[in-house]
Amino acid sequence: MDKKRLQSIYETMLTIRYFEDKALSLFEENQLRGSVHLCTGQEAVAATVCSHLRDEDYITSTHRGHGHCIAKGAEPDKAMAELMGKAAGYCQGRGGSMHIADVTKGNLGANAIVGAGLPIAAGAALSAKLRKTDQVAVAFFGDGASNEGVFHEALNLASVWKLPIIFVCENNQFGISTHVSKSTSVQDIAVRAKAYDIPGEVVDGNDVFSIDEAIKRAIKRAKAGEGPSLIECKTYRWYGHWIGDPQVYRTKEDVESWKKKCPIKRLETYFLENKIMTQQELTVMHNKAVEVIDAAADFAISSSDPDPAFVLDNVYCE
Amino acid sequence: MSMRKISFGKAINEALHQEMERDDSVFIIGEDVAKMGGDFGVTRGIWQKWPDRAKDTALSESAIIGLASGAAVCGLRPVAELMFADFIGVAFDQLVNNAAKLRYMFNGEVSCPMVVRAPTGSGIRTAYHHSQSVEPWFMNVPGLVIVAPSTPYEAKGLLIASIRNEDPVIFLEHKSFYSIKGDVPEESYEVELFKAEVKREGRDVTIVATMSMVALAEKAAEKLAEEGISVEIIDPRTLFPLDKDTINRSVAKTGRLVIAQEGPKVMGFGAEIAAMVVEDVFEYLKAPVKRVTTMDVPIPFSPVLEDYVVPTDVDITEACKAVVEF
Repeated sequence: MDKKRLQSIYETMLTIRYFEDKALSLFEENQLRGSVHLCTGQEAVAATVCSHLRDEDYITSTHRGHGHCIAKGAEPDKAMAELMGKAAGYCQGRGGSMHIADVTKGNLGANAIVGAGLPIAAGAALSAKLRKTDQVAVAFFGDGASNEGVFHEALNLASVWKLPIIFVCENNQFGISTHVSKSTSVQDIAVRAKAYDIPGEVVDGNDVFSIDEAIKRAIKRAKAGEGPSLIECKTYRWYGHWIGDPQVYRTKEDVESWKKKCPIKRLETYFLENKIMTQQELTVMHNKAVEVIDAAADFAISSSDPDPAFVLDNVYCE
Repeated sequence: MSMRKISFGKAINEALHQEMERDDSVFIIGEDVAKMGGDFGVTRGIWQKWPDRAKDTALSESAIIGLASGAAVCGLRPVAELMFADFIGVAFDQLVNNAAKLRYMFNGEVSCPMVVRAPTGSGIRTAYHHSQSVEPWFMNVPGLVIVAPSTPYEAKGLLIASIRNEDPVIFLEHKSFYSIKGDVPEESYEVELFKAEVKREGRDVTIVATMSMVALAEKAAEKLAEEGISVEIIDPRTLFPLDKDTINRSVAKTGRLVIAQEGPKVMGFGAEIAAMVVEDVFEYLKAPVKRVTTMDVPIPFSPVLEDYVVPTDVDITEACKAVVEF
């Protein structure tokens, strides 16, 4: 992978990490309300996959979707404003954390119904096929979604019609409190691809290089008209299901062991060992990301609330 | 316009052909809609003309609706068919939690111009998984449009208007109508959405009737006319969002209201109309509002039982007499 792409992925991961840290602190300061699901620890998947997508390519995202949104090109200030329900947010405060979307960048939305984005992404891919464009769609979803009916319906039809779509499963091992081994009939969700006669592969979801190879193969296949692929990225969420989750279902040791597998640290080690970047250069990038996120938070905090006078707008086309 | 008599099903088929011809972004998607032309034959001939734009799907109702809404937000105009309206139950999440909310959630950044055609209602002896009246399931889901024609003319014009509409439309086709013939222009035309029609003008009592109940209301009105009772009949045609003014105006004039609908009485279409009239034009009411509805049971199979639970023109006639004599 060339240095420029690697650095760009790294920068996106840092932006996501600091964005999530900031969301957590704003929540703890009671400035941010609602149900907020952080993707800390999973940044490599969104950053690497989206580094191969153009604005005109589509994604559908999940309730744990801040990372996808930023990686697909959203500006952190408007994203943070949306989390805070402000008028300057991407959905002008109508969506919040679980429904954030920047449609101008091809993000068809986070979705608080588990698995619901899969057929929508398949529809986006169908539209690309019918309009004869070379756009691709990526459906991000978690391990839990692979047990929803729509997962199977979407994979089947996408395979039958050879749609240009990549199903990217972020297996962070838990559906709220239930470990994937207690909810899912297979050890690797990727093997479910066999049932739909499409390629399925397991990759280390904390390793940028493994994800990169897999997504490149899948996009090539999609653009060649050969149809969908399923990529299962094994990863781990550092925080609970939502901010405030007491996490009685896992041990501190387990969490700590996964923190040692931090995807950002891992890439930094690679940079240093291969003399691609110096420690000083890494620090500069950290500082830059912190600045961007601090500015985003300031922007969001100082933005005005939405005017209730417009609350009935856009229920229907006017 | 050159008028001729064609069936309700043929009128819908013609609307689809004409919109497919007019606009490349229109396509059809559903179970058996392409090669076979639909379970009721409504999509015949489309696949033969536009093979790429007629998609036979797996038996995957959630995926049908999800794919349609995904394609719609990306610039196409899908017309999905669910073989029976009852099957919307399988796809409820995609329609209610997703398609209906997209425009609002993204504050107008996207449109979701899709139509879900769904054969609805009782009368063909197919029991409770193929005979329900699903409209109230969706009447408290802002973002959805529910359209319910009662004649071949309206079926064609309302479907064309629905395809051109920018929001998701559930287009209910009463399955007992498919072979009924009526005057339909050959040319393409729209019947205005969100606009009720006064089917018959009268002075003494207003009947708001939907789909299969419209013809029964007309029959009841003829009978009542012989007895000197003058009936006004209103067909809302778009059930949601509702043309409240036309109904309120009529009730303000007649002072009496009977609502005739298929589907259980509890929380049905009529419940909303009754509440609306009590809120808006209470001072004009001369009698309590009456609802004529299907009984509060699943639709049974036996023709004897089905006919027993679904309202008749006699039920409507008696309800009208009751409010006039109150």
